Amino acid sequence: MNISITVNGKIHTHDIEPRVSLAQFLRENLDLTGTHIGCDTSGCGACTVTLDGAAVKSCTVLAVQADGGEITTIEGLANGDEMHPIQAAFKENHGLQCGFCTPGMVMTAVDILKNNPDPTETEIRHGLEGNFCRCTGYHNIVKSIQHAAEQMKG
Amino acid sequence: MIPAKFEYIKASSVGEAIDLLEKHGFDAKIVSGGHSLIPAMKLRLATPEVLIDIRGIAEINTITEEGNELVVGANCTHHELTINPLVKEHVNVLAQAAKCIGDIQVRNRGTLGGSLAHADPASDYPATVLACDATIVVQGKSGSRTIAATDFFQGLFTTALGEDEIITAVRFPKVTKGTYQKFFQSASRFAVVGVAAVKDGDGVKIGVTGVAGVPYRATVAENAYDGGSSCAVHAVDGVDDIMSDHFADEEYRSHLAKVYVKRALEAL
Ligand SMILES: Cc1cc2nc3c(=O)[nH]c(=O)nc-3n(C[C@H](O)[C@H](O)[C@H](O)COP(=O)(O)OP(=O)(O)OC[C@H]3O[C@@H](n4cnc5c(N)ncnc54)[C@H](O)[C@@H]3O)c2cc1C
Ligand code: FES
Ligand code: FES
Repeated sequence: MNISITVNGKIHTHDIEPRVSLAQFLRENLDLTGTHIGCDTSGCGACTVTLDGAAVKSCTVLAVQADGGEITTIEGLANGDEMHPIQAAFKENHGLQCGFCTPGMVMTAVDILKNNPDPTETEIRHGLEGNFCRCTGYHNIVKSIQHAAEQMKG
Repeated sequence: MIPAKFEYIKASSVGEAIDLLEKHGFDAKIVSGGHSLIPAMKLRLATPEVLIDIRGIAEINTITEEGNELVVGANCTHHELTINPLVKEHVNVLAQAAKCIGDIQVRNRGTLGGSLAHADPASDYPATVLACDATIVVQGKSGSRTIAATDFFQGLFTTALGEDEIITAVRFPKVTKGTYQKFFQSASRFAVVGVAAVKDGDGVKIGVTGVAGVPYRATVAENAYDGGSSCAVHAVDGVDDIMSDHFADEEYRSHLAKVYVKRALEAL
């Protein structure tokens, strides 16, 4: 089946099987391996990307369902060489250890801050309910998002 | 994990979706948010040969006020229900229940219609549609009909929805005051117990999900309501299909039901 998806500002047209997940499509057809597949069962959030501006678990969206949509992956967040404020905040605040969960954390943070530019710590923690990190204990991830919120308020 | 092969068709109207359902019969399944169906397909618990995607049908993605009712389209996502001003004003208990579902990503994809059609006994919405005395609007080959919430849920993953029918909307009578209280399963975040309570004049209507195989109205407790919360002891009276599993056995679930009905009444 032919689909056209805009990924990180660029239109991609591919002929794929309907059973291919968006995560698989991004990684295998577009070589965008920043989107990680942790559980492949909608639990861990590592595969989070934004679809038409909203964070989704791309392992649980079929690529054909995203036909005509706009995707941003972790690779599309920076402005050239300049990191997105959320990426910069993760770097600054040591918001990662092994980094496996990080693309999903960052893309979820994009959604959290879009809907709530000035979140409390509790709201950030609730916002991350669908994202697992096996390394950090979450503290520095939360701190990173708090820091990003401050930066983005300007 | 890759689902079995299937054909995928995007329906552009309710009429087209119903025609496709009729044409493909048992081989076909509707998909909306996909957040119950796709995981099941990956596990090959579901192996539809044709997937009819109704997500893009705008006519069932609206929220409108009609007299004393709020008509919520089946395609509205959980997220939309948490932020929509009409929902917050007129059926705030629905916004509260939506907010308890899964996580941000799940709420961005999953829909009201999909959740009701799926009828997971641990899902959140049934308590609210029951407590609100909502009606489910469905459409099939022979036209449109409405099903009272109390008649809609029939068993585990079983509803009154016909094979060729889809849910188009849910009609919620406006609520003066309501609350949803949930005991989260600690790993899945589904409801071990979910209780919606809604004021009804001097009385109260109480919907309970998670406790029994079929979500129910706690009518014995409702009838014993005296403005306080003591009637919560009757939360499971007359209920004979209380679930028991490794998260919560029957005794613990029954206890939780009473505690959460009490909390709901106290929060009203
Ligand atoms: C990680 C995770 C956590 C979750 N946590 C919760 C939770 O805490 N509480 C909770 O209640 N739910 C939870 N869910 C389930 C979630 O709410 C689903 O979105 C919902 O159950 C199904 O809605 P959907 O639109 O995704 O339906 P789909 O998956 O698209 O469809 C589900 C079923 O309904 C049918 N269907 C869909 N739309 C219609 C329609 N309009 N008319 C007729 N049939 C239709 C389909 O054919 C299918 O059989 C969770 C899901 C995930 C993945
Ligand atoms: S890989 Fe998608 S949620 Fe874990
Ligand atoms: S940094 Fe290793 S899983 Fe989060």
